Amino acid sequence: MAVSVDLGATKAAKNARSLGSSGHPLILGAAALTGLLSLLPLGFVVYIAATSGWGTIADLVFRPKVGGLLVNTLMLLVLVLPLSVLLAVALAWLIERTDIPFAKFWSWMVIAPLALPAFVHSYAWNAFMPRFHGLGAAVLVSILAYLPFLYLPVAAQLRRLDPAQEETAQSMGKRPIEVFFLVVLPQLRLAILGGALLIGLHLLAEYGLFVLTRFDTFATAIVDQFQSVYSGPSANLLGGVLVLLCLGLLGLENLVRGSERYARVGAGAARRRGRVALGRWRCPALLLPLIFAALSLAVPVLTLGRWLWSGGAEIWRFDFILPALGQTAVLALAGAVLTTLAAVPMAWLAVRAPGRVQRTLEACHSYVGALPGVIIALALVTITVQVALPLYQTLATLIFAYVLMFLPRALVGLRTSIAQAPVELERAAASLGRPPVSAIWHTTIRLAAPGAMASAALVALGITTELTGTLMLAPNGTRTLAMRFWSYTSELDFASAAPYALLMIVLSIPLVIMLHMQSDRVEQA
Amino acid sequence: MLELRGISKSYGDHKGASDVSLVAPSGSRTVIVGPSGSGKTTLLRLIAGFEAPDAGTISLDGRQLHGAGGSVPPHKRNIAYVAQEGALFPHMSVGDNVGFAMPRQAVDRARRVDELLEQVGLPAGFRARRPHQLSGGQQQRVALARALAQKPDLMLLDEPFSALDTGLREAMRTMVGDVLREAGIASVLVTHDQAEALAFADHLVVMRDGLVADAGPPQRLYERPADVETARFLGEAIVLPSAIVGGVARTALGDVPVRHEDVARADVLVRPEQVVVAAQSESSMGALGRILHRSYRGAQWRLEIDCRDGGVAEPFCVDVPAGLDLKPGDLVRLSVANEAHVFPDSPT
Repeated sequence: MAVSVDLGATKAAKNARSLGSSGHPLILGAAALTGLLSLLPLGFVVYIAATSGWGTIADLVFRPKVGGLLVNTLMLLVLVLPLSVLLAVALAWLIERTDIPFAKFWSWMVIAPLALPAFVHSYAWNAFMPRFHGLGAAVLVSILAYLPFLYLPVAAQLRRLDPAQEETAQSMGKRPIEVFFLVVLPQLRLAILGGALLIGLHLLAEYGLFVLTRFDTFATAIVDQFQSVYSGPSANLLGGVLVLLCLGLLGLENLVRGSERYARVGAGAARRRGRVALGRWRCPALLLPLIFAALSLAVPVLTLGRWLWSGGAEIWRFDFILPALGQTAVLALAGAVLTTLAAVPMAWLAVRAPGRVQRTLEACHSYVGALPGVIIALALVTITVQVALPLYQTLATLIFAYVLMFLPRALVGLRTSIAQAPVELERAAASLGRPPVSAIWHTTIRLAAPGAMASAALVALGITTELTGTLMLAPNGTRTLAMRFWSYTSELDFASAAPYALLMIVLSIPLVIMLHMQSDRVEQA
Repeated sequence: MLELRGISKSYGDHKGASDVSLVAPSGSRTVIVGPSGSGKTTLLRLIAGFEAPDAGTISLDGRQLHGAGGSVPPHKRNIAYVAQEGALFPHMSVGDNVGFAMPRQAVDRARRVDELLEQVGLPAGFRARRPHQLSGGQQQRVALARALAQKPDLMLLDEPFSALDTGLREAMRTMVGDVLREAGIASVLVTHDQAEALAFADHLVVMRDGLVADAGPPQRLYERPADVETARFLGEAIVLPSAIVGGVARTALGDVPVRHEDVARADVLVRPEQVVVAAQSESSMGALGRILHRSYRGAQWRLEIDCRDGGVAEPFCVDVPAGLDLKPGDLVRLSVANEAHVFPDSPT
């Protein structure tokens, strides 16, 4: 009996030890391979710049057309970002901190525009006001489409702030307005910078929105060069400039952010705060969320409704719609599964074996999130045409592009999920006699699975509405919902495009619900 | 002097404070103590002006802060507030935190910040540090220096030591008490820790269910509390039913001197430190009890003694010198030294 106990104990100890080395060479190798593949788009841009020669670069980059694109892009950033910050902070403060009526309802309404792909917003405004285009339209539609990216972190940070700080400042003689500017606003800085960066990167990457508002940016020019003129070198070098702009935006954000830490000091739970009584301003304050919801939701929904109504049964061409839905579902499912699988090794290493090498690899995985889809597509087109022609315009290349585009999104979700299952649980299972695989299955995988599924769903939803990369890389005959929608919209057949817009919106609603739930979890945390 | 008259505050069905009246003398260290949900923090927030009472008046040194004439907003009360974990502003340096209430253009700002840091036992070199670079105790010192900088008429301390380790908590308590005494600032501290309340207060207020259960000097509250619940909240209490005849209470632990008129039935409070324990072999006087458990405390043994046969309703704990060789199962003789307290609401 004693012998069997000893043997059991030895086996359990061996199981526990074997789980100790979380940085297994195979996992490290897989993460390194994914990291290397992630470097392909950047490597492509560097290669193009290095091999083009100064004369070609000067001819193709330093010309009035590129200068115009640069001015347009900078105007867009300079107008959209500050206006979005002002609007997002005002809305977040009203909804999170005041006794504005129906606060919960407005918190849903402000993030609901995320359910509409940016090019659907643009389509709706184009149909609603056909003469409204150019910079003004681009700025307005960009703000309406992307504001939730700023609102969500700002609102979450407002909820996280320790109310005792504001009360202490008040007790020290500061008026409420001074408390806001001295204590609250400085602590929103990181959330504002993060949200503004995200919007800035979207502005640089967006294609459909700006085509429909007839406003030229680098992304529209690259696709134009690629599709209409098929000028490879020109598109590639414009891509290089676009990457430089993205890197510039990242660097600027990093510079402004600095190394300051604004997290709550102390270990205890923050107390819930009361809401500011707006008094006689309670009803007038409703105007702000009301106007935002009217412009960002009512206009698209009513426009879409109008086209669906006027189009009648004729626009429901199920012989087109069902294949598009099926192709979209297949691509979304395959892309989500592969992207999630590709992110697993890095997520595992980031949580279980953090170190310098792992951090470098993680940076390789994450940076692609800052690259516009058009760059990734351009890189893969050029690489497949020049190096691996059989892979040009194949399903494999398209799904690989999705993996690169959505890898950071999957990584963030997976890392959080794995972090929720501490290694101690595996060790406890192993010490109770479970072999390593069984221990991992019954603890980490069980605990991380819901989060991993959620991040896979987010990836699938992203793929469902992806347009630029799909347009450039999809095999002949592919017609996703976004492609069908785009095809009809380009022909100004807004009615026929409406069912596809509706389907994309319906499919994106879970994204909004998930983001709202995540935001609520920040509050609970 | 802080004066609260008939203060009530409800949150839906829950009563945070119910007709509370209390007076905190000028320059005093008042402690409001009570279990969670007793209304002590509500009272502190009402005094600070973070919330308005449903009824009642609050005044400080003769100035009405809340009453029929309206409510003075928190930033005009000159009442400093030190939150549970200091609530330092994480985006500011220690120096900026301490100097927050000072005019930015004040010429002696830096010197004053250094003086305040020194006053709370921190070197001037801490001025450039960030709050997250400080330990919990250091954060509380900075919070105190920041509160002192505004030269308040009253300082409110909301469980300021609860996040600290036991040893550090005692040192901080002593330091805060000394600093407030030197600065001559009256304070109101809120805590759920009765030992901390007794150690810090010169005026103690016990709250329960939104009501003031008892108030007065801490020694009086410990030795002669208003009711059994207050007695038990402030420390180990042995409550003995007895008859009182000629200034002596006849209890299960023997005759105990009391200051009370003769009554047939009264509840008498005996604190464990009043109980004298002797081995049965060494004494034939006193009630008989049996030791249930013992735990070693270094200089003492803590004995859990069952005296139910003798008429004491529940087992109780008593500390005895470590040299006394008593083990679980041993029979002991019990008696009470010194005067005991008769609860005023005892059944008669």
